[in-house]
Amino acid sequence: MQLTLFLIFGALAVAGAINLLVQRHPIYSALSLVTVMGALAVEYLLLGAEFIAFVQIIVYAGAIMVLFVFVIMVLNAGEVIDQPRSRIAAFLGLPILTLLAIELISRVYGDFGATTLTMGSPMVQTGPIGQSLFHEFLLPFEVTSVLFLVGVLGAVVLAARREKPQVVAATRQQHDQEKAMAAAQR
Amino acid sequence: MTTTAFFLLSLVKCLVVLFILLTAVAYIQLAERKIVGRMQARVGPTRVGPFGLLQPAADAVKFILKEDVTPDGAHKFLYVLAPILAVVLALLSVTVIPVGGMVQLFGVHTALQLTDIDVGLLLILAVTSMGVYGVVLAGWSSNSKYSLLGSLRGGSQMISYELSLGLALIGPIMLAGTLSLRGMVEAQRHLHWFIFPQIVGFFIYLTAAFAETNRIPFDLPEAEGELGAGYHTEYSAMKFAMFFLAEYVNMITVSCVATLVFLGGWMGPLFGPVWLVAILPTLYFLIKVSFFLFLYIWVRGTLPRFRYDQLMSFGWKVLVPLALANVMVTSLVIALK
Repeated sequence: MQLTLFLIFGALAVAGAINLLVQRHPIYSALSLVTVMGALAVEYLLLGAEFIAFVQIIVYAGAIMVLFVFVIMVLNAGEVIDQPRSRIAAFLGLPILTLLAIELISRVYGDFGATTLTMGSPMVQTGPIGQSLFHEFLLPFEVTSVLFLVGVLGAVVLAARREKPQVVAATRQQHDQEKAMAAAQR
Repeated sequence: MTTTAFFLLSLVKCLVVLFILLTAVAYIQLAERKIVGRMQARVGPTRVGPFGLLQPAADAVKFILKEDVTPDGAHKFLYVLAPILAVVLALLSVTVIPVGGMVQLFGVHTALQLTDIDVGLLLILAVTSMGVYGVVLAGWSSNSKYSLLGSLRGGSQMISYELSLGLALIGPIMLAGTLSLRGMVEAQRHLHWFIFPQIVGFFIYLTAAFAETNRIPFDLPEAEGELGAGYHTEYSAMKFAMFFLAEYVNMITVSCVATLVFLGGWMGPLFGPVWLVAILPTLYFLIKVSFFLFLYIWVRGTLPRFRYDQLMSFGWKVLVPLALANVMVTSLVIALK
């Protein structure tokens, strides 16, 4: 039964990914991506990774994609108009696709590496994940958080850039003058 | 247990929970109208049935019989999807809520809970974070200014307060050392309720929870005085009822989590004959949850609505730093012990 579920949600993920490319409206594309994330979370769950599954939903579906949808809504982006097909894509796309296919096939028939996950394996406890994250991989973890901090600071700097104060002062002066003139006329 | 028996048991449990939940929603809504009525020197609904007790049934009939309107220029698919999404997500989080200990019923040994997963609290947070889609898509697909404004407000409000909601829960998680809701209640035996060491976290959680469920004083997404009804302005009949249902189920979930995480769930003094000992835990649980639900109604009858900029600056400049400080102090205390 687990294999059936795995296949169903795998197909759902692929269908969502294709739909993401085919859809003309950005909001439908974004929602297809949410579907992909959700289907992936279920796959994680089937492989016994409870914690990763729910974190996947919280971070990708619940935070990142919500922001995407939000931006699309605020910009009120409409349907994408047909654009002439890019020449570079045609030249690069096919070779890369072939490479990926070869890689995938060699992986499927070759060795997956030291650790393999099996269907219906016992659930991985949350504790050990935290242990390895904060003992073994502490440095990468902290470096990543610094990276995020830099990103946040960059966003704040960009957002906080205001009009030059002189312009504001000039406008105010003009406003005052108009007021005075109106008063004088009266 | 065989697979068939497991499926059958799960199905029966789901149906029972759904029935109880829908009845509870109907009567919470009646209680709200009655209590708010009293607070405003009115009597509330009294005409349908004795003391107006059949009012929910009349409301349900009304919802079903009303015309189902779809506005011109609406994105039909998303317009229909949004209320369904809201209800499904709201009901999903109820699955991990335990209402009592283990019981022996008709010869079947089972937990008073649909499913006990190891990361129950994470599931609830995940579902809460997905809940934004219902609000955002409803407003956007309705093709209406008021709906769009309401959903933009709702979306940003829910994203902002989600953060403090999650951070407020980290304190109890660290104290209990588990993400399972059942495990969390077990850790609060003998009146070691987490509300005492985590009083700051408790109030942060409560505030954020009010904002997450879009209730007064944080009901800006629907603000009837300025936006019509916000993101569900254009919805009618059963589609509107679905949003309504989702909001009340979310209130129940949030109250249940507050009870389980901070007030010791079904823990309380056990006494008396065997049958009393058997039902007391669930009774304690219900009393505690009812308290929170009454609080919702009480606050609705008392407080005015926030202004939008106040809401945002309160969320980001007060609640989030406070929640972070709470996490740091708690972890320091645990580390020094």
